[in-house]
Amino acid sequence: MCLAIPAKIVELFPNEDSRALVEVAGVRRHIDTGLLVDDPPQTGDWVLIHVGFALSKISEEQAREQIQTLVLLGETEAAMQEVEGYGQET
Amino acid sequence: MKFVDEFRDAGVITKASEEIARLAKPGREYRFMEVCGGHTHAIYRFGLKDLLPACIELVHGPGCPVCVLPMGRIDDGLAIAQNPDVIFTAFGDMMRVPGTHGSPLEHKARGMDVRIVYSPADALKLAQKNPDKHVMFFAIGFETTAPSTALTLMRAKQLGITNFSVFCNHVTIIPAIRAILDSPDMRLDAFIGPGHVSTVIGCRPYEWIAAKESKPIVISGFEPVDILQSIVMILAQMNAGEAKVENQYKRVVPWEGSRAALRAMAEVFELRPYFEWRGMGFISQSALRLRDGYAQWDSEQRFQVPGVRVTDPKAAQCGEVLKGVLKPAQCKLFGNECSPEHPVGALMVSSEGSCAAYYNYEHRKAALTSLGAPV
Repeated sequence: MCLAIPAKIVELFPNEDSRALVEVAGVRRHIDTGLLVDDPPQTGDWVLIHVGFALSKISEEQAREQIQTLVLLGETEAAMQEVEGYGQET
Repeated sequence: MKFVDEFRDAGVITKASEEIARLAKPGREYRFMEVCGGHTHAIYRFGLKDLLPACIELVHGPGCPVCVLPMGRIDDGLAIAQNPDVIFTAFGDMMRVPGTHGSPLEHKARGMDVRIVYSPADALKLAQKNPDKHVMFFAIGFETTAPSTALTLMRAKQLGITNFSVFCNHVTIIPAIRAILDSPDMRLDAFIGPGHVSTVIGCRPYEWIAAKESKPIVISGFEPVDILQSIVMILAQMNAGEAKVENQYKRVVPWEGSRAALRAMAEVFELRPYFEWRGMGFISQSALRLRDGYAQWDSEQRFQVPGVRVTDPKAAQCGEVLKGVLKPAQCKLFGNECSPEHPVGALMVSSEGSCAAYYNYEHRKAALTSLGAPV
């Protein structure tokens, strides 16, 4: 439930309100960056995402470390299922 | 990468474990509550109990949003979705949680339009795609998740999407901690504070626990070494006769939290006067509802909600387990009628629920050992 997944911002869409394309382990999905309005992310930045929204900006090192945490906790599958599920309903 | 590698270093874990044994005073008993379900999951997964001296007991807290939701709320949400024009949406975690007449998934099998979404934003998109239907999002979660629901509602309002509403079950962690501290059958010495909730609320809201209740609280990360280090920090405080808020998870949790997330929550939500928690009863100002400006998007205002209180199945002792009075395996149904495959209570559904965590790691391990299998 409280998964925080590290993602890299691949593309921003200046004409669309706080939409961003992110990549997580090769999977690309759109997320919302509206919770980072005070310090908007740039392309190439890393963010922690949760239920389709970027929660905070992190460094690349922190991102790598967070990936390791998910591996350790055995939650990579759940994380990928969440990310792959963005933009659809089943 | 250096500090990343250190986390995988068994030596660091051994050292932390030895430090804990050194700091724990002989003849004293310690009871620490890990508030967050993510920590409960990690503690069982890594068998951290085995790395702690017998005098330290970890008590599992209420920080699993699926687990603390009373059955009546699930029934209420499903009652709204009996309306053939309504599409019921929720996160996957919710889908197997039993209501009085079955889980959302079982209702789907009987023909209800029930869909899993991975983001509240996708529930809103579903409403845009189905203008002749009403999409209800069954929202659950602590402060980690509530800002995303808030922002989705702000978008719905901006875009004038009126066939969308939120059945709001968002809860707040601080009143739950207060209720636990007020509970007469609960003796605790300190708290391992939640990680990702604190990314949003920061560390300040915990200050009363230290100042008024004289209990240390250490916000912790989720790796074994994070949790052990947090216990070292708690013991060091206790030995120095101190009680303060410390942040072990600085690499993710800023002291101030996220102002933008808190602003979004304040724009959309207000505190309910009271809300029922499974096993803990009614806790005042412990949950969020939509403000009047968002009444149009509030499922509870748009639809007739039965609002019936439902008691849990009698034999299931979810409440006692949730409060830490009983260990999961002490419940009469544990492992028999109630298992992750056939959950009777919510604590067996979510991987963050203490019963599911205990079952998946301790119970299976014990069963395998009794069969002579190497584990």
